[in-house]
Amino acid sequence: MRPVFALVDGNNFYVSCERVFNPRLEGKPVVVLSNNDGCIVARSQEARALGIRMGAPFFEAKHLIRSHGLIWLSSNYTLYGDMSARLMAVLGEFAPHQEIYSIDECFLDLTGIPNDLVAHAQQMRKRIKQYLGLPTCVGIGHSKTLAKLANHIAKKRLHYQGVFSWSHCNRLEADALMADIEIGEVWGVGRRLKIKLEQCGIRSVCDLKYASTSLIRKRFGVVLERTVHELNGISCLHLEDTEDHQAVRKHQIISSKSFGKPVHELDELRQAVVSYVTRAAEKLRQQGSWCSHLLIYLRTNPFAPHDPQYAKSITIPLLVGTDDTRVLAKYASAGIERIYRPGFAYKKAGVMLLDLHPAGQDLGDLFCNPPQRERSSQLMQVMDRLNQEYGSNTLRLAAAGLRPQWTMRSSERSPNYTTAWHELAQACANR
Amino acid sequence: MKSPDLNPLLSSCFAPIRRRSCYRPLIAGRAPAGFPSPAADHYDKRLDLNEHLVLHPEATFFLRVKGNSMIGAGIHDGDLLVVDRSLEPSHGRVVIAALDGELTVKRLHQQRGKILLCADNPDYPAIEIRQGQELQIWGVVAHVIHKV
Repeated sequence: MRPVFALVDGNNFYVSCERVFNPRLEGKPVVVLSNNDGCIVARSQEARALGIRMGAPFFEAKHLIRSHGLIWLSSNYTLYGDMSARLMAVLGEFAPHQEIYSIDECFLDLTGIPNDLVAHAQQMRKRIKQYLGLPTCVGIGHSKTLAKLANHIAKKRLHYQGVFSWSHCNRLEADALMADIEIGEVWGVGRRLKIKLEQCGIRSVCDLKYASTSLIRKRFGVVLERTVHELNGISCLHLEDTEDHQAVRKHQIISSKSFGKPVHELDELRQAVVSYVTRAAEKLRQQGSWCSHLLIYLRTNPFAPHDPQYAKSITIPLLVGTDDTRVLAKYASAGIERIYRPGFAYKKAGVMLLDLHPAGQDLGDLFCNPPQRERSSQLMQVMDRLNQEYGSNTLRLAAAGLRPQWTMRSSERSPNYTTAWHELAQACANR
Repeated sequence: MKSPDLNPLLSSCFAPIRRRSCYRPLIAGRAPAGFPSPAADHYDKRLDLNEHLVLHPEATFFLRVKGNSMIGAGIHDGDLLVVDRSLEPSHGRVVIAALDGELTVKRLHQQRGKILLCADNPDYPAIEIRQGQELQIWGVVAHVIHKV
Protein backbone atom coordinates (compact mmCIF):
# COMPACT_ATOMS: atom_id res chain seq x y z
CA MET A 1 0.00 0.00 0.00
CA ARG A 2 1.27 3.44 -0.86
CA PRO A 3 2.15 5.35 2.31
CA VAL A 4 0.34 8.57 3.21
CA PHE A 5 1.69 11.13 5.65
CA ALA A 6 0.23 14.19 7.28
CA LEU A 7 2.17 17.06 8.79
CA VAL A 8 0.19 18.94 11.42
CA ASP A 9 1.45 22.09 13.06
CA GLY A 10 0.20 24.93 15.18
CA ASN A 11 -0.18 28.32 13.52
CA ASN A 12 1.94 30.96 15.26
CA PHE A 13 2.13 28.43 18.05
CA TYR A 14 3.61 30.53 20.86
CA VAL A 15 1.34 33.48 20.19
CA SER A 16 -1.67 31.17 19.92
CA CYS A 17 -0.86 29.60 23.30
CA GLU A 18 -0.79 33.05 24.85
CA ARG A 19 -4.08 33.99 23.22
CA VAL A 20 -5.90 31.00 24.65
CA PHE A 21 -5.60 32.43 28.13
CA ASN A 22 -5.53 36.08 27.24
CA PRO A 23 -8.30 36.79 24.72
CA ARG A 24 -7.26 40.43 24.74
CA LEU A 25 -4.41 39.50 22.40
CA GLU A 26 -6.85 38.32 19.74
CA GLY A 27 -6.66 40.26 16.49
CA LYS A 28 -3.70 42.34 17.65
CA PRO A 29 -0.08 42.36 16.51
CA VAL A 30 1.78 40.24 19.07
CA VAL A 31 5.38 39.05 19.20
CA VAL A 32 7.06 36.61 21.58
CA LEU A 33 10.72 37.18 22.42
CA SER A 34 13.58 34.77 22.99
CA ASN A 35 14.69 33.97 26.51
CA ASN A 36 16.70 37.12 26.95
CA ASP A 37 13.98 39.30 25.50
CA GLY A 38 16.47 39.88 22.71
CA CYS A 39 15.02 38.49 19.50
CA ILE A 40 11.61 37.87 18.05
CA VAL A 41 10.84 34.14 17.99
CA ALA A 42 7.13 34.20 17.18
CA ARG A 43 4.81 36.62 15.43
CA SER A 44 1.08 36.81 15.08
CA GLN A 45 -0.36 37.26 11.59
CA GLU A 46 -0.94 40.93 12.38
CA ALA A 47 2.69 41.35 13.44
CA ARG A 48 3.86 39.72 10.19
CA ALA A 49 1.71 42.15 8.29
CA LEU A 50 3.66 44.98 9.93
CA GLY A 51 6.77 43.60 8.24
CA ILE A 52 8.38 42.21 11.39
CA ARG A 53 10.95 39.58 10.47
CA MET A 54 11.36 36.26 12.25
CA GLY A 55 14.45 36.29 14.44
CA ALA A 56 14.88 40.05 14.18
CA PRO A 57 16.33 41.83 17.21
CA PHE A 58 13.49 43.28 19.22
CA PHE A 59 14.87 46.82 19.26
CA GLU A 60 14.26 47.03 15.52
CA ALA A 61 10.53 46.58 16.09
CA LYS A 62 10.22 48.61 19.27
CA HIS A 63 8.95 51.72 17.50
CA LEU A 64 5.86 49.74 16.43
CA ILE A 65 4.69 49.54 20.05
CA ARG A 66 3.71 53.19 19.92
CA SER A 67 2.72 53.50 16.31
CA HIS A 68 0.81 50.25 15.82
CA GLY A 69 0.04 48.95 19.30
CA LEU A 70 2.49 46.07 18.98
CA ILE A 71 2.29 43.83 22.04
CA TRP A 72 5.38 41.93 23.15
CA LEU A 73 5.74 39.04 25.56
CA SER A 74 8.67 37.14 27.00
CA SER A 75 8.64 33.48 26.06
CA ASN A 76 6.93 31.12 28.49
CA TYR A 77 8.24 27.68 27.64
CA THR A 78 6.50 26.10 30.61
CA LEU A 79 3.17 27.05 29.08
CA TYR A 80 4.14 26.17 25.49
CA GLY A 81 5.52 22.83 26.60
CA ASP A 82 2.32 21.87 28.39
CA MET A 83 0.14 22.96 25.47
CA SER A 84 2.43 21.04 23.12
CA ALA A 85 2.05 17.85 25.16
CA ARG A 86 -1.74 18.23 24.99
CA LEU A 87 -1.61 18.93 21.25
CA MET A 88 0.49 15.85 20.56
CA ALA A 89 -1.72 13.64 22.74
CA VAL A 90 -4.86 14.71 20.87
CA LEU A 91 -3.22 14.31 17.45
CA GLY A 92 -1.84 10.92 18.38
CA GLU A 93 -5.38 9.59 18.54
CA PHE A 94 -5.92 10.28 14.85
CA ALA A 95 -3.28 7.94 13.47
CA PRO A 96 -1.60 4.67 14.36
CA HIS A 97 1.87 6.23 14.20
CA GLN A 98 3.11 9.65 15.16
CA GLU A 99 6.48 11.32 15.00
CA ILE A 100 6.78 14.42 17.14
CA TYR A 101 9.02 16.62 15.08
CA SER A 102 9.17 19.81 17.11
CA ILE A 103 7.31 21.59 19.87
CA ASP A 104 4.46 22.43 17.53
CA GLU A 105 4.57 19.96 14.64
CA CYS A 106 4.24 16.25 14.14
CA PHE A 107 4.02 13.77 11.31
CA LEU A 108 1.20 11.26 11.29
CA ASP A 109 1.15 8.07 9.29
CA LEU A 110 -2.29 7.91 7.67
CA THR A 111 -1.53 4.87 5.53
CA GLY A 112 -4.49 2.57 5.26
CA ILE A 113 -6.99 4.86 6.94
CA PRO A 114 -10.17 4.29 4.95
CA ASN A 115 -11.77 7.69 5.67
CA ASP A 116 -11.64 10.66 3.37
CA LEU A 117 -8.31 12.02 4.57
CA VAL A 118 -9.16 15.66 4.06
CA ALA A 119 -12.27 15.25 6.18
CA HIS A 120 -10.19 13.33 8.73
CA ALA A 121 -7.72 16.21 8.87
CA GLN A 122 -10.52 18.76 9.24
CA GLN A 123 -11.74 16.73 12.19
CA MET A 124 -8.29 16.95 13.79
CA ARG A 125 -8.25 20.70 13.37
CA LYS A 126 -11.73 21.01 14.81
CA ARG A 127 -10.88 18.82 17.80
CA ILE A 128 -7.73 20.78 18.58
CA LYS A 129 -9.48 24.10 18.20
CA GLN A 130 -12.18 22.96 20.59
CA TYR A 131 -10.05 21.14 23.16
CA LEU A 132 -7.09 23.50 23.23
CA GLY A 133 -8.18 26.66 21.44
CA LEU A 134 -5.24 26.40 19.06
CA PRO A 135 -5.41 26.92 15.28
CA THR A 136 -3.56 24.33 13.18
CA CYS A 137 -2.85 23.47 9.56
CA VAL A 138 -2.50 20.03 7.98
CA GLY A 139 -0.63 18.97 4.87
CA ILE A 140 -1.09 15.52 3.32
CA GLY A 141 1.05 13.70 0.78
CA HIS A 142 2.65 10.42 -0.21
CA SER A 143 5.99 11.38 1.34
CA LYS A 144 7.06 13.38 4.36
CA THR A 145 8.55 16.02 2.08
CA LEU A 146 5.26 16.34 0.18
CA ALA A 147 3.30 16.47 3.44
CA LYS A 148 5.50 19.27 4.68
CA LEU A 149 5.11 21.18 1.43
CA ALA A 150 1.35 20.62 1.50
CA ASN A 151 1.31 22.12 4.98
CA HIS A 152 3.04 25.21 3.62
CA ILE A 153 0.31 25.52 0.98
CA ALA A 154 -2.45 25.00 3.54
CA LYS A 155 -1.01 27.85 5.53
CA LYS A 156 -0.49 30.32 2.69
CA ARG A 157 -3.66 29.69 0.68
CA LEU A 158 -6.57 30.36 2.92
CA HIS A 159 -9.24 28.94 0.62
CA TYR A 160 -8.06 25.42 1.47
CA GLN A 161 -9.32 26.10 5.02
CA GLY A 162 -6.26 24.79 6.74
CA VAL A 163 -5.95 21.42 5.01
CA PHE A 164 -4.18 20.76 1.75
CA SER A 165 -3.72 17.32 0.25
CA TRP A 166 -1.93 16.64 -3.01
CA SER A 167 -4.86 14.38 -3.86
CA HIS A 168 -6.80 17.64 -4.29
CA CYS A 169 -5.20 18.20 -7.64
CA ASN A 170 -4.02 16.41 -10.77
CA ARG A 171 -0.44 16.37 -11.95
CA LEU A 172 -0.68 19.58 -13.97
CA GLU A 173 -2.21 21.51 -11.11
CA ALA A 174 0.37 20.10 -8.70
CA ASP A 175 3.20 21.19 -10.99
CA ALA A 176 1.69 24.65 -11.30
CA LEU A 177 1.52 24.96 -7.51
CA MET A 178 5.11 23.76 -7.15
CA ALA A 179 6.30 26.15 -9.82
CA ASP A 180 4.94 28.92 -7.65
CA ILE A 181 6.89 27.98 -4.53
CA GLU A 182 10.53 28.86 -4.20
CA ILE A 183 13.06 26.14 -3.55
CA GLY A 184 13.89 27.29 -0.02
CA GLU A 185 10.51 26.06 1.20
CA VAL A 186 11.42 22.44 0.55
CA TRP A 187 12.12 20.41 3.68
CA GLY A 188 15.86 20.16 4.16
CA VAL A 189 16.84 22.92 1.73
CA GLY A 190 18.62 25.51 3.82
CA ARG A 191 19.82 28.94 2.84
CA ARG A 192 23.19 27.83 1.51
CA LEU A 193 21.81 24.95 -0.49
CA LYS A 194 19.17 27.27 -1.90
CA ILE A 195 21.81 29.61 -3.29
CA LYS A 196 23.75 26.73 -4.83
CA LEU A 197 20.62 25.30 -6.42
CA GLU A 198 19.65 28.67 -7.84
CA GLN A 199 23.07 28.91 -9.42
CA CYS A 200 22.18 25.72 -11.28
CA GLY A 201 18.93 27.25 -12.45
CA ILE A 202 16.77 25.35 -9.98
CA ARG A 203 14.55 28.04 -8.54
CA SER A 204 11.15 26.56 -7.90
CA VAL A 205 10.04 23.35 -6.24
CA CYS A 206 8.86 22.19 -9.65
CA ASP A 207 12.39 22.68 -11.06
CA LEU A 208 13.74 20.41 -8.35
CA LYS A 209 11.03 17.82 -8.84
CA TYR A 210 12.03 17.38 -12.49
CA ALA A 211 15.77 17.73 -11.98
CA SER A 212 17.89 14.77 -13.05
CA THR A 213 18.44 12.60 -10.00
CA SER A 214 21.87 11.47 -11.14
CA LEU A 215 22.96 15.06 -11.61
CA ILE A 216 21.57 16.03 -8.21
CA ARG A 217 23.34 13.11 -6.57
CA LYS A 218 26.63 14.00 -8.23
CA ARG A 219 26.48 17.67 -7.30
CA PHE A 220 24.60 17.66 -4.00
CA GLY A 221 24.71 14.15 -2.59
CA VAL A 222 22.23 11.41 -1.81
CA VAL A 223 20.25 13.40 0.72
CA LEU A 224 18.99 15.84 -1.88
CA GLU A 225 18.51 13.04 -4.38
CA ARG A 226 16.18 11.48 -1.86
CA THR A 227 14.33 14.78 -1.62
CA VAL A 228 13.77 14.70 -5.39
CA HIS A 229 12.29 11.22 -5.11
CA GLU A 230 10.11 12.36 -2.27
CA LEU A 231 8.84 15.32 -4.32
CA ASN A 232 7.83 12.78 -6.97
CA GLY A 233 5.74 10.93 -4.43
CA ILE A 234 8.22 8.14 -3.75
CA SER A 235 8.52 7.90 0.00
CA CYS A 236 12.10 7.45 1.23
CA LEU A 237 11.77 8.71 4.79
CA HIS A 238 9.81 6.82 7.38
CA LEU A 239 8.36 7.95 10.65
CA GLU A 240 10.70 7.81 13.54
CA ASP A 241 8.80 6.14 16.29
CA THR A 242 8.54 8.74 18.97
CA GLU A 243 6.78 6.45 21.39
CA ASP A 244 9.97 4.47 21.67
CA HIS A 245 11.96 7.66 21.92
CA GLN A 246 9.94 8.84 24.84
CA ALA A 247 10.23 5.54 26.66
CA VAL A 248 14.00 5.77 26.51
CA ARG A 249 15.42 7.77 29.35
CA LYS A 250 17.64 10.62 28.47
CA HIS A 251 21.32 9.79 28.58
CA GLN A 252 22.31 13.29 29.47
CA ILE A 253 20.60 16.29 30.93
CA ILE A 254 21.69 19.77 30.03
CA SER A 255 20.83 22.99 31.74
CA SER A 256 22.42 26.15 30.49
CA LYS A 257 21.45 29.69 29.75
CA SER A 258 22.87 32.91 28.52
CA PHE A 259 23.04 35.61 31.13
CA GLY A 260 20.83 38.67 30.92
CA LYS A 261 23.95 40.80 31.24
CA PRO A 262 27.66 39.99 31.32
CA VAL A 263 28.84 38.40 34.54
CA HIS A 264 32.33 39.04 35.90
CA GLU A 265 32.41 37.68 39.44
CA LEU A 266 32.95 34.11 40.54
CA ASP A 267 30.25 34.42 43.16
CA GLU A 268 27.58 35.12 40.60
CA LEU A 269 28.78 32.35 38.34
CA ARG A 270 28.65 29.94 41.24
CA GLN A 271 25.07 30.92 41.95
CA ALA A 272 24.12 30.47 38.33
CA VAL A 273 25.71 27.05 38.09
CA VAL A 274 24.10 25.92 41.33
CA SER A 275 20.70 26.96 40.09
CA TYR A 276 21.23 25.17 36.76
CA VAL A 277 22.32 22.03 38.53
CA THR A 278 19.23 22.32 40.72
CA ARG A 279 17.00 22.30 37.67
CA ALA A 280 18.94 19.48 36.05
CA ALA A 281 18.75 17.39 39.22
CA GLU A 282 14.97 17.83 39.26
CA LYS A 283 14.79 16.40 35.76
CA LEU A 284 17.15 13.62 36.80
CA ARG A 285 14.85 12.60 39.63
CA GLN A 286 11.80 12.84 37.39
CA GLN A 287 13.18 10.16 35.15
CA GLY A 288 14.41 8.11 38.09
CA SER A 289 18.09 8.25 37.28
CA TRP A 290 21.35 8.86 39.02
CA CYS A 291 24.29 10.50 37.34
CA SER A 292 27.95 9.68 37.80
CA HIS A 293 29.60 12.52 35.89
CA LEU A 294 29.10 16.22 35.97
CA LEU A 295 30.27 18.64 33.32
CA ILE A 296 30.52 22.37 33.98
CA TYR A 297 31.35 24.94 31.36
CA LEU A 298 31.47 28.64 30.89
CA ARG A 299 32.29 31.03 28.08
CA THR A 300 32.49 34.66 27.12
CA ASN A 301 30.45 36.15 24.30
CA PRO A 302 31.89 35.02 20.93
CA PHE A 303 29.80 37.70 19.22
CA ALA A 304 31.73 40.42 20.97
CA PRO A 305 35.01 39.90 19.08
CA HIS A 306 36.68 42.91 20.68
CA ASP A 307 36.32 41.49 24.17
CA PRO A 308 38.94 39.04 25.42
CA GLN A 309 37.64 35.52 24.88
CA TYR A 310 37.74 32.53 27.19
CA ALA A 311 35.91 29.24 27.28
CA LYS A 312 36.54 26.25 29.46
CA SER A 313 34.87 23.14 30.72
CA ILE A 314 35.55 20.54 33.35
CA THR A 315 34.20 17.03 33.81
CA ILE A 316 33.89 15.75 37.33
CA PRO A 317 33.50 12.04 38.01
CA LEU A 318 31.42 11.29 41.07
CA LEU A 319 32.44 8.46 43.33
CA VAL A 320 28.91 7.20 43.68
CA GLY A 321 25.95 7.96 41.46
CA THR A 322 23.56 10.48 42.95
CA ASP A 323 20.45 12.55 42.34
CA ASP A 324 20.91 14.73 45.40
CA THR A 325 20.84 18.42 44.49
CA ARG A 326 23.12 19.25 47.42
CA VAL A 327 25.83 16.83 46.39
CA LEU A 328 25.67 17.91 42.76
CA ALA A 329 25.71 21.57 43.76
CA LYS A 330 28.82 21.03 45.85
CA TYR A 331 30.74 19.58 42.94
CA ALA A 332 29.34 22.11 40.51
CA SER A 333 30.67 24.93 42.72
CA ALA A 334 34.02 23.23 43.01
CA GLY A 335 34.08 22.81 39.24
CA ILE A 336 33.27 26.40 38.39
CA GLU A 337 35.91 27.61 40.88
CA ARG A 338 38.41 25.48 39.04
CA ILE A 339 37.73 26.82 35.56
CA TYR A 340 36.98 30.43 36.45
CA ARG A 341 39.50 33.05 35.37
CA PRO A 342 39.03 36.65 36.50
CA GLY A 343 39.02 39.50 34.03
CA PHE A 344 36.50 38.21 31.52
CA ALA A 345 32.92 39.17 30.79
CA TYR A 346 31.08 35.85 30.87
CA LYS A 347 28.01 35.34 28.74
CA LYS A 348 27.02 31.77 29.38
CA ALA A 349 27.49 28.93 31.79
CA GLY A 350 26.02 25.48 31.84
CA VAL A 351 25.80 22.14 33.49
CA MET A 352 25.50 18.69 31.99
CA LEU A 353 24.66 15.58 33.95
CA LEU A 354 26.28 12.64 32.24
CA ASP A 355 26.63 8.92 32.65
CA LEU A 356 23.03 8.46 33.75
CA HIS A 357 21.73 5.15 34.98
CA PRO A 358 18.69 3.89 36.89
CA ALA A 359 18.62 5.11 40.48
CA GLY A 360 19.89 2.74 43.12
CA GLN A 361 22.09 0.74 40.82
CA ASP A 362 25.38 1.40 42.58
CA LEU A 363 24.24 0.83 46.14
CA GLY A 364 27.02 -1.61 46.84
CA ASP A 365 29.72 1.00 47.09
CA LEU A 366 32.14 0.85 49.97
CA PHE A 367 31.49 4.44 51.00
CA CYS A 368 27.79 4.44 50.69
CA ASN A 369 25.70 4.87 53.74
CA PRO A 370 22.17 3.54 53.22
CA PRO A 371 20.41 5.54 55.94
CA GLN A 372 22.00 8.71 54.63
CA ARG A 373 20.84 7.77 51.15
CA GLU A 374 17.35 7.27 52.46
CA ARG A 375 17.33 10.67 54.17
CA SER A 376 18.69 12.31 51.07
CA SER A 377 16.02 10.80 48.87
CA GLN A 378 13.28 11.83 51.32
CA LEU A 379 14.58 15.36 51.44
CA MET A 380 14.70 15.56 47.65
CA GLN A 381 11.14 14.28 47.45
CA VAL A 382 9.96 16.97 49.83
CA MET A 383 11.86 19.60 47.89
CA ASP A 384 10.38 18.47 44.56
CA ARG A 385 6.88 18.30 45.96
CA LEU A 386 7.06 21.78 47.49
CA ASN A 387 8.46 23.23 44.30
CA GLN A 388 5.80 21.54 42.24
CA GLU A 389 3.04 22.76 44.46
CA TYR A 390 4.19 26.29 45.18
CA GLY A 391 6.20 27.05 42.08
CA SER A 392 9.77 26.29 41.21
CA ASN A 393 12.45 27.72 43.48
CA THR A 394 10.15 27.92 46.49
CA LEU A 395 12.66 25.76 48.29
CA ARG A 396 16.19 26.03 46.98
CA LEU A 397 19.79 26.04 48.01
CA ALA A 398 21.04 29.32 49.44
CA ALA A 399 24.09 28.81 47.23
CA ALA A 400 21.89 29.56 44.22
CA GLY A 401 21.66 33.13 45.47
CA LEU A 402 18.75 34.91 47.06
CA ARG A 403 18.40 37.77 44.65
CA PRO A 404 20.28 36.75 41.56
CA GLN A 405 21.46 39.47 39.21
CA TRP A 406 22.46 37.15 36.43
CA THR A 407 19.03 35.72 35.67
CA MET A 408 17.37 35.96 32.34
CA ARG A 409 15.52 39.04 31.48
CA SER A 410 11.99 37.98 30.89
CA SER A 411 10.08 40.89 32.17
CA GLU A 412 6.83 40.22 30.31
CA ARG A 413 6.36 36.51 30.84
CA SER A 414 2.74 35.41 31.06
CA PRO A 415 1.62 33.29 34.03
CA ASN A 416 2.05 29.51 33.93
CA TYR A 417 -1.67 29.10 33.39
CA THR A 418 -1.61 25.31 33.16
CA THR A 419 1.12 24.24 35.55
CA ALA A 420 1.09 26.45 38.66
CA TRP A 421 -1.80 26.67 41.12
CA HIS A 422 -1.18 30.30 41.97
CA GLU A 423 -0.87 31.38 38.34
CA LEU A 424 -4.18 30.06 36.96
CA ALA A 425 -6.19 32.19 34.57
CA GLN A 426 -9.05 34.08 36.15
CA ALA A 427 -12.70 33.53 35.39
CA CYS A 428 -14.35 36.87 36.05
CA ALA A 429 -17.61 36.77 37.95
CA ASN A 430 -17.86 40.44 38.69
CA ARG A 431 -20.20 41.80 36.10
CA MET B 1 38.18 17.82 26.99
CA LYS B 2 41.02 17.23 29.38
CA SER B 3 40.52 15.21 32.47
CA PRO B 4 40.98 17.61 35.36
CA ASP B 5 43.09 17.22 38.42
CA LEU B 6 40.65 16.09 41.03
CA ASN B 7 42.57 16.08 44.24
CA PRO B 8 40.68 18.85 45.98
CA LEU B 9 37.39 17.33 44.90
CA LEU B 10 38.36 13.88 45.98
CA SER B 11 39.47 15.07 49.34
CA SER B 12 35.98 16.37 49.96
CA CYS B 13 34.53 13.04 48.84
CA PHE B 14 36.68 11.13 51.27
CA ALA B 15 35.72 13.23 54.24
CA PRO B 16 35.17 10.92 57.23
CA ILE B 17 31.58 9.90 57.80
CA ARG B 18 30.63 10.41 61.40
CA ARG B 19 27.84 8.32 62.67
CA ARG B 20 26.64 7.32 66.04
CA SER B 21 25.03 3.98 65.55
CA CYS B 22 26.04 0.88 63.72
CA TYR B 23 23.79 -0.39 60.96
CA ARG B 24 23.16 -3.95 59.99
CA PRO B 25 23.42 -4.93 56.35
CA LEU B 26 20.35 -4.22 54.31
CA ILE B 27 18.54 -7.14 52.73
CA ALA B 28 15.67 -6.24 50.48
CA GLY B 29 12.40 -8.09 50.87
CA ARG B 30 11.14 -10.33 53.62
CA ALA B 31 11.33 -14.06 53.99
CA PRO B 32 7.86 -15.52 53.59
CA ALA B 33 7.11 -17.50 56.70
CA GLY B 34 3.87 -18.27 58.45
CA PHE B 35 0.32 -17.27 57.70
CA PRO B 36 -0.25 -15.27 54.47
CA SER B 37 -2.27 -12.07 54.77
CA PRO B 38 -5.93 -12.86 54.13
CA ALA B 39 -6.38 -9.36 52.66
CA ALA B 40 -3.64 -9.74 50.08
CA ASP B 41 -6.06 -10.57 47.30
CA HIS B 42 -8.39 -7.71 48.12
CA TYR B 43 -6.12 -4.70 47.89
CA ASP B 44 -7.64 -2.00 45.74
CA LYS B 45 -5.93 1.15 44.61
CA ARG B 46 -6.90 4.32 46.41
CA LEU B 47 -9.53 6.57 44.92
CA ASP B 48 -8.06 9.29 42.78
CA LEU B 49 -10.05 12.52 42.50
CA ASN B 50 -8.60 13.12 39.05
CA GLU B 51 -10.59 10.17 37.77
CA HIS B 52 -13.72 11.82 39.05
CA LEU B 53 -13.02 15.42 38.07
CA VAL B 54 -10.93 15.17 34.91
CA LEU B 55 -12.50 13.00 32.22
CA HIS B 56 -10.61 14.54 29.30
CA PRO B 57 -7.16 15.49 30.59
CA GLU B 58 -6.03 17.13 27.35
CA ALA B 59 -9.09 19.37 27.24
CA THR B 60 -9.28 20.20 30.94
CA PHE B 61 -8.07 23.48 32.38
CA PHE B 62 -8.32 24.95 35.86
CA LEU B 63 -9.40 28.54 36.36
CA ARG B 64 -9.70 30.68 39.46
CA VAL B 65 -12.94 32.57 40.11
CA LYS B 66 -12.92 36.27 40.79
CA GLY B 67 -16.16 37.87 41.96
CA ASN B 68 -19.57 36.82 43.20
CA SER B 69 -21.91 37.00 40.24
CA MET B 70 -22.32 33.20 40.08
CA ILE B 71 -22.96 32.63 43.75
CA GLY B 72 -26.39 31.11 43.01
CA ALA B 73 -24.64 28.31 41.12
CA GLY B 74 -22.48 27.61 44.14
CA ILE B 75 -19.50 29.41 42.60
CA HIS B 76 -17.76 31.73 45.03
CA ASP B 77 -14.94 34.19 44.83
CA GLY B 78 -11.63 32.30 44.90
CA ASP B 79 -13.11 28.92 43.95
CA LEU B 80 -11.40 26.62 41.51
CA LEU B 81 -13.22 25.78 38.28
CA VAL B 82 -12.58 22.57 36.39
CA VAL B 83 -13.31 23.50 32.79
CA ASP B 84 -13.71 20.73 30.24
CA ARG B 85 -13.46 22.12 26.74
CA SER B 86 -14.47 18.83 25.17
CA LEU B 87 -18.05 19.30 26.43
CA GLU B 88 -20.50 21.00 24.07
CA PRO B 89 -21.95 24.21 25.45
CA SER B 90 -25.71 24.02 25.71
CA HIS B 91 -28.63 25.86 27.23
CA GLY B 92 -28.44 26.07 30.98
CA ARG B 93 -24.79 25.09 31.39
CA VAL B 94 -22.26 27.19 33.22
CA VAL B 95 -19.64 28.26 30.72
CA ILE B 96 -16.51 30.34 30.37
CA ALA B 97 -17.02 32.99 27.69
CA ALA B 98 -14.38 35.19 26.15
CA LEU B 99 -16.10 38.54 26.49
CA ASP B 100 -14.42 41.85 25.70
CA GLY B 101 -11.01 40.26 26.05
CA GLU B 102 -11.83 38.68 29.40
CA LEU B 103 -12.60 35.12 30.45
CA THR B 104 -15.96 35.35 32.17
CA VAL B 105 -17.99 32.68 33.93
CA LYS B 106 -21.75 32.82 33.15
CA ARG B 107 -24.75 30.62 32.62
CA LEU B 108 -25.61 30.15 28.95
CA HIS B 109 -29.22 30.78 27.90
CA GLN B 110 -30.34 29.90 24.40
CA GLN B 111 -34.00 30.49 23.72
CA ARG B 112 -35.85 31.26 20.49
CA GLY B 113 -32.69 32.32 18.71
CA LYS B 114 -31.73 34.62 21.54
CA ILE B 115 -28.48 34.09 23.41
CA LEU B 116 -28.02 35.42 26.90
CA LEU B 117 -25.14 35.20 29.32
CA CYS B 118 -26.74 35.18 32.74
CA ALA B 119 -25.32 35.69 36.18
CA ASP B 120 -26.60 33.59 39.05
CA ASN B 121 -27.00 36.57 41.31
CA PRO B 122 -29.90 39.05 41.14
CA ASP B 123 -27.47 41.97 41.52
CA TYR B 124 -26.01 41.35 38.06
CA PRO B 125 -28.03 41.89 34.87
CA ALA B 126 -27.94 39.35 32.03
CA ILE B 127 -25.90 40.18 28.95
CA GLU B 128 -27.69 39.76 25.65
CA ILE B 129 -25.69 38.74 22.61
CA ARG B 130 -27.13 40.48 19.57
CA GLN B 131 -27.33 39.13 16.05
CA GLY B 132 -24.03 39.48 14.28
CA GLN B 133 -22.16 39.89 17.54
CA GLU B 134 -19.62 37.15 17.91
CA LEU B 135 -19.64 35.17 21.10
CA GLN B 136 -16.84 32.79 21.86
CA ILE B 137 -17.61 30.09 24.38
CA TRP B 138 -14.23 29.14 25.79
CA GLY B 139 -15.28 26.03 27.66
CA VAL B 140 -17.90 24.34 29.79
CA VAL B 141 -17.49 24.31 33.57
CA ALA B 142 -17.63 20.70 34.70
CA HIS B 143 -16.97 21.10 38.42
CA VAL B 144 -16.42 23.77 41.00
CA ILE B 145 -14.08 23.14 43.89
CA HIS B 146 -15.03 25.18 46.89
CA LYS B 147 -12.99 25.29 50.03
CA VAL B 148 -15.16 24.95 53.09
